Amino acid sequence: MTDYKLDKEKLKKLEEYIDSMEKKEGALINILHEAQDMFGYLPEDLQLFIARKLNIPAAKVFGVTTFYSFFTMEPHGKHVISICMGTACFVKGAEKILKEFKNKLNIKDNNTSEDGLFTIDTLRCVGACGLAPVVTVDGKVYGRVKVEDVEKILSEYTNG
Amino acid sequence: MEKINSLTKLRTLKEEYKSLMKHRFVNEEINSNQKSNTLSANTNRALKDILVCGGTGCEASGSINVSKVFIKEVENLGLQDRVKIIKTGCFGFCEKGPIVKIMPDNIFYIEVDEEKAKLIIEEHIVKGNLADSCLYNLPNTEQKLPHQNDLPFYKKQMRIALRNCGLINPEDIRECIAVDGYEALGRALIEMDPLQVINEVKKSGLRGRGGGGFPTGTKWEMTRKSESDIKYVICNADEGDPGAFMDRSILEGDPHSVLEAMAIAGYSMGATKGYIYIRAEYPLAINRLRIAIKQAYDIGLLGENILGSGFSFDVDLVYGAGAFICGEETALINSIEGGRGEPTVKPPYPSQIGLWKKPTNINNVETLANINPILLRGADWFSSIGTEKSKGTKVFALAGKINNVGLVEVPMGITLREIIFELGGGIRHNKKFKAVQTGGPSGGCIPEEYLDTPIDYESLTKIGSMMGSGGMIVMDEDDCMVNISKFYLEFSVDESCGRCTACRIGNKRLHEILTDISEGKGTMEHIEGLKSLGNIIKDASLCGLGQSSPNPILSTINFFLDEYIAHVKDKTCPAGVCTSLLKYHINEEKCIGCTACAKSCPVKAISGEVKSPHIINKELCIKCGACEAKCKFNAITRR
Amino acid sequence: MKMVNATINGFQVSVPEGTTILDAAKKVNVKIPTLCYLDLHDIKMVNRTASCRVCLVEIEGRRNLAPACATEVFEGMIIKTDTLRTIKARRTMVELLLSDHPTDCLVCEKNTQCQLQLIAAELGIRKIKYKGDMSNYKKDSSSGALYRNLDKCIMCRRCETMCNEVQTCHILSAVDRGFETVVAPAFGWPMLETMCTFCGQCVAVCPTAALTQVSNVSKVWDVLADPDRYVIVQTAPAIRAALGEKFDMEPGTIVTGKMAAALRRLGFRKVFDTDFAADVTVVEEAHEFIDRLQKGGTLPILTSCCPSWVKFIEHQFPALVDVPSTCKSPHIMFGAIAKTYLAEKMDIDPSKIVVVSIMPCIAKKYEITRPELEHEGQKNVDIVITTRELTDMINEAGLDFRNLPEEDFDHPLGESTGASVIFGTTGGVIEATLRTAYEWLTNETLEKVEFHDVRGLEGLKEAVININGEDIRIGVAHGLGNARALLESIESGKSKYHAIEIMACPGGCIDGGGQPYHFGNIEIVKKRMEALYNEDRNKKLRKSHENPAVIKLYEEYLGEIGGEKAHYLLHTHYTPRKRI
Repeated sequence: MTDYKLDKEKLKKLEEYIDSMEKKEGALINILHEAQDMFGYLPEDLQLFIARKLNIPAAKVFGVTTFYSFFTMEPHGKHVISICMGTACFVKGAEKILKEFKNKLNIKDNNTSEDGLFTIDTLRCVGACGLAPVVTVDGKVYGRVKVEDVEKILSEYTNG
Repeated sequence: MEKINSLTKLRTLKEEYKSLMKHRFVNEEINSNQKSNTLSANTNRALKDILVCGGTGCEASGSINVSKVFIKEVENLGLQDRVKIIKTGCFGFCEKGPIVKIMPDNIFYIEVDEEKAKLIIEEHIVKGNLADSCLYNLPNTEQKLPHQNDLPFYKKQMRIALRNCGLINPEDIRECIAVDGYEALGRALIEMDPLQVINEVKKSGLRGRGGGGFPTGTKWEMTRKSESDIKYVICNADEGDPGAFMDRSILEGDPHSVLEAMAIAGYSMGATKGYIYIRAEYPLAINRLRIAIKQAYDIGLLGENILGSGFSFDVDLVYGAGAFICGEETALINSIEGGRGEPTVKPPYPSQIGLWKKPTNINNVETLANINPILLRGADWFSSIGTEKSKGTKVFALAGKINNVGLVEVPMGITLREIIFELGGGIRHNKKFKAVQTGGPSGGCIPEEYLDTPIDYESLTKIGSMMGSGGMIVMDEDDCMVNISKFYLEFSVDESCGRCTACRIGNKRLHEILTDISEGKGTMEHIEGLKSLGNIIKDASLCGLGQSSPNPILSTINFFLDEYIAHVKDKTCPAGVCTSLLKYHINEEKCIGCTACAKSCPVKAISGEVKSPHIINKELCIKCGACEAKCKFNAITRR
Repeated sequence: MKMVNATINGFQVSVPEGTTILDAAKKVNVKIPTLCYLDLHDIKMVNRTASCRVCLVEIEGRRNLAPACATEVFEGMIIKTDTLRTIKARRTMVELLLSDHPTDCLVCEKNTQCQLQLIAAELGIRKIKYKGDMSNYKKDSSSGALYRNLDKCIMCRRCETMCNEVQTCHILSAVDRGFETVVAPAFGWPMLETMCTFCGQCVAVCPTAALTQVSNVSKVWDVLADPDRYVIVQTAPAIRAALGEKFDMEPGTIVTGKMAAALRRLGFRKVFDTDFAADVTVVEEAHEFIDRLQKGGTLPILTSCCPSWVKFIEHQFPALVDVPSTCKSPHIMFGAIAKTYLAEKMDIDPSKIVVVSIMPCIAKKYEITRPELEHEGQKNVDIVITTRELTDMINEAGLDFRNLPEEDFDHPLGESTGASVIFGTTGGVIEATLRTAYEWLTNETLEKVEFHDVRGLEGLKEAVININGEDIRIGVAHGLGNARALLESIESGKSKYHAIEIMACPGGCIDGGGQPYHFGNIEIVKKRMEALYNEDRNKKLRKSHENPAVIKLYEEYLGEIGGEKAHYLLHTHYTPRKRI
C-alpha cells in the first residue's frame, strides 16, 4: 500500500470491494469498472495494485485496460462531454458538432482542454436515437443539438 | 413477499395481480363506443392508470419530470386512490416522446411536457375530456388519433418481444406475473421435460435475432447434447450496433422476459448458471435488470428449487466495457473470463467448448424475449407468422432521415417500403429517399428499387445486406453513400480487435482508400481495389466482424457506383457532404450583398461591396460552411 | 484411435481424429504455407492463433476460407489448397503485412533469416500494393540483452505464448486494439524495468526482427583493434554443438576444433574454453552441496549457472533467494580467474584484459551488468556475444569455416572434462555435479558415470541415487514454467529433493535465445543434445575434479576448495526483487 501514489482511503475501499467478490477469476473487468468509478481513471499504480491483489500479471491488466474503450488511463477534465457518434446521430450531423466542440475548446490531439475543465469523448449510441444528434455532459442529455447550441451548452459550465 | 414454491401458487398470484391491474387493459366496451373527443361519462370516475414512458429516450426528454408533475397534481386533487402513475418501458415512438397513455381509456398522448401534463390532468382526469392538443395528428390532415393502434406507426406492428413494453412497470415483478410472466417457466419445469421444451422452440422456427439468424432450437439442442457436469447460458446484451436500441428497450421495459427465458434455456439443456453480458453504456437497463433479478430471487423465481421443481438457476450480471467485438460469441466468452475480447477460431463452437471451457449457449436479448410467448401460445402459432424460412416478428430501430424515429416490431415478410413510408411516416422534410441501411456496420445499403423486398433473413442477404440486430437507418438525397460507407468502416476499424491480418490491416487500408476517394484523390483503380480487397477481407477474416465489415462498401459500390465515379472522375460529391470536394459558390442572382457571409468567414475568403453580389475566393475557402449557415437568402450552394 | 478420411487436392488421406488440415496435408506431400503457426509440442509450446491468415484453404460447403493450422479434419472433408481463390487470399494477407512493415531488409538483423521475408519471396511478391499508415513505436534496448523493435511485429503472438504459457513469466501481452495492437510489456515499460528474465525464448521464436538481441559485434571488433588491450575469449559448451549449422554442416556436428581456429584468426590473443570454468563450478558446487548435506544446511540446493533463472527466482520467489548455490556461473567464474590467476601467471596488467564470452543465450548479456559480478572494480566478463553474433564475425572476416583446421584451445584455461561439456544441455549440470559429489561422499570410484534419468526433453525429470545408504533425490526442470512448479513445492515445504537443476530455456542452453534459429524444428535441438552427450563419451576424463588444470588452479592459486579465496572470487549472492 505504501508505494502507491493513490488516495489511501479509496484504495482501502477498493480492496474491500475486491475481497467481497466470491469469484475473483474473471472479475477483472468488473473490478476495473469499480476502480475507474472511484478514481476517475486507471493510472499505472492502480492497475499494479489490482494486478497484485488478484495475483494476475500486470501485463494482462494493462492489456485488458487498453483493449476496452471504456477504460482510460488519462484523468478526465472536470466535465465530460460525450458526443454520440451512432449512425442515427451521425446522419444528423454529429461530426460537425464534434468539430465545433473541439474548435471552441481548442482541443486538437488529446481529449482534455488545457485548463482541465472539459474532456471530449465520443460514444457509440446512447440509445436516444429519437433525439439525434445527442450530446451528454456529465450524464445530462442534450437532444437535437445544433452547431449553434455548442457555445450555449459550454457556457452553462464555464459561468457557474 | 414470501417465496412462490409451486406453479399453482404462481397461478393463484397471477389472478390476484391481474385483478388488481384490470384497468390497465383496454376496456373494449368503452372503446367501441368512443367518439373522437369525448369520453364515456362513466369513465372519469373510474380507476385510471397514467402510463408514462420510462425508456432512455423519453427520460432524456424529461419524462421523469412529467411523472413528478402528474404525481403532484394528483396529490393536490386528492385522487391518489384511484389515479396511479405508472412508469413503463419504451413505447417505441421515440420521435414523439415523452409518451403518456391513459388506461383503461386507451388514450395515447404525445410530446408531453410539464405544461401538457397539467393540461391532461385538468382536461382528461378531472373533466373527462380528451386533451386535444396532446393527441397525435395524422400528417397532412386535421384528424386526431387518440388510440395507439390507429396510429400509422403502430397499425402494422405485431408486438411480441415488445409485448409488455409500455404496458407494465418493469420495476414491479407483480405486474410482470400478472401478464403471464414466469408462467412459461412454470409450465416448462412442471409440465414439460427438457426435450419437449427444445422441440417446441425448434418447431417454432425461431432464429437468432442478434443478426446471425441461427435456429435457436437447434442451438439449444447442440448444447444439450454436449456432455458436461457444468453448462452455462449467456444472454448477449452487448448490443453494439450503433443506431440499435432494441435490446435496450426490452431490458428496460420487460427484463423478466429475459430472465425467464434464460432459466427455461438452462432447464432444457442442463445448465444452472446464467450470465447477462450487458454493455456498460446502458446504465438504465443495468439498473432495471438489477432490480428485476433481486425481485425474482426474493420470491423464488430464480435461485434454488424454482417453484418446487428441483431445478435451480442463478443469474449474474457482467459488464461490457466499450468493445463492439464482444458481441461476438467467443470474444464475449473471453471477456467474461476477464480477458481481452478477442475472438477465437470456430470450431470448436461455444456449445461444445465455451465459458471456462464448458458447453455454453449464447442467445440475444430479443431471441430470448420470444420464448415465453412461444411456450404459452404454441410453436404453431409462432410459425404461422412470418415467411417460410423466417418465422415470427422482428424488432427494428428506425432512425435517420425518417419522420417517425423509434422502435417497431413487425412480422417477417413485411416490406421495407411499408416500414419506411407507413410506419416510418416517410422521409423528413419531404426529401427524396435514397437508401436504407440494415445490419449496422455489417450490413449493406438498399436502394429504392428493392424497397418491395419482404424482410427476411435470406432476402436481405441476397441483396447484399443482412438482417443484423435490427438497426435500420434511412438516408435521403443529402446523404453521401461514400461518406456513409466511410463512417461504417471507421467504426469497424476502431472496433477491430487486431488479432487477424485481414481485418486489422485490411480494413485500415480499405479505409485509407475510401478517405482518398472522399478527398478527391481517388482513381477508378481504387474503386476496383475496394471491391477486390473487400471481398478478400470477407473471405479471410477470423470472425464475423471482419467477415462483414466490407459490406457497406461493397453494397454502396454495387448500388451507387455513379456516386463513387463522381467522386473519382469529376472530383465532386453529388450529395454535398464530402468537405474536400465541396465548392462553395454564391449565386449572383440571389445575393443581395448583405455582407453577412463575408463577416462570418474565418479566412476572409469572401469579398464584395455592400448591396452588390459577393464572391467566394475558392483558393482560400476552407469549406467550413459558416457562410451557407449565415445566408438568409439561400444564395450559397456547395455542390 | 478413430480415423477420419478426407480429400486434399484430390488426394485421399486417412488421419487420426483431431488432426489438423495442415498436418494431414503433410501426409500427402501437400505443403501449405504458414507464418504465425509454430509447433514445438515437445516443449509444450504450440502457437495456433490462426491470426496471420496465411494458411487459408478452401473447404467444400464452407462459405469462407479456413485456417489449415487450426481446423480439424472431419469425415468426408474436401479440401483444396491451391485454387486461385486461396492463392490470391494468401498473397493479399502477406501484402497487407508488408504494407505495415519497414522495408529495410537489406540492413535488418534478420536478413536471410526472416520468415516474413521468406514467405514474401516464396509467394513471389513484387510490389507492395497497399500504402498507408504504418506502425511507429519506440525501440527498446534498455536491458543490453533484448532488443525490441515493434515496428516489425506481425502479431503472430508466438512470444506471448512462449512467455506466458511455457515460461510463465507473463511479461508480455497484446496491448491496445485494432491497427495499433502490439505485443508489449506492462505499461510499455522498458524491458529492464519488468520482471523479464531475458531468457530469450521469445527471440528464439520471433519470426521477424521484432525481437532480437542487442548486438555487441562492433564492440568486439573495436576492442580487438585496440593494441592496448589483451582480448581473450571463452566459449560455452553449447556453441560447439550448434555453430556448424550456420555453415551448412549437419545439425549435431561438434565443431570445437574449427571454432577454436576461427576465434584465433579473428584476433583473440588467447582462445579459452568455458568448459574449463564449468569444471571449477562443479568442484565448488559439489563441495557446497556436500557441506549443506552434512551440516544441515538449506536443502534442496539449486544450481545457479543460468542467470535468467536466477532473475526468475529473485522476482517471483524472493523468499527463496538463499536456496540456490552461491556459485557464480561458469563464464563469470572464468572471468574472475582470468583477471587474477591468469593475469598473474602471464604477468599481464588485469585492467588491460578484456574477457569476451561466446554464449548461447542473451541472458548472459544482462548478467554481466549485475554490479556484484566484479573484482576490484573490474567486471568479471566484459562483453558477451551470442553464437549468431560469432557467425556474423566469422562471415565478416571471410573465413571458410568448413575448411578450417582443427585446433586446440590455449592453456591453462582450455582443458576440460566430459562433465563440463554436458553443461550445455538440460540435466547436464546436475549430472556433472553428481559425478564429483558421489565420489567425494563415498570415497569410491564412480563406474557408471551416465545418469540417464536426468536426460531428455521431458519438462520435469527426477532421479534417485543411493549414496552411503541414503537415497539422494534429484530433480531437473527446464523451461521456467516447470521451474515454477518445483519452486512452489519448495515454498510450500513439500519438496522431496536434495538437489535441483534448473535451466530457463527448454532443452537447456543448446536451445538458448542466442543459438542459430531452429525455425520450429525441434529435431535440431535433440541432435545438439545428442552431440554433447557423445562428446562427453569421447573424452578421456569425465569427472570435473579429475581435470589436471583445475587441480593446478587450486594448488597454485585458490587453495582450498570452497575456501576463503575461492569464495571471494567464485561465489556471489542474490537480490530479492520487486514483484511487478
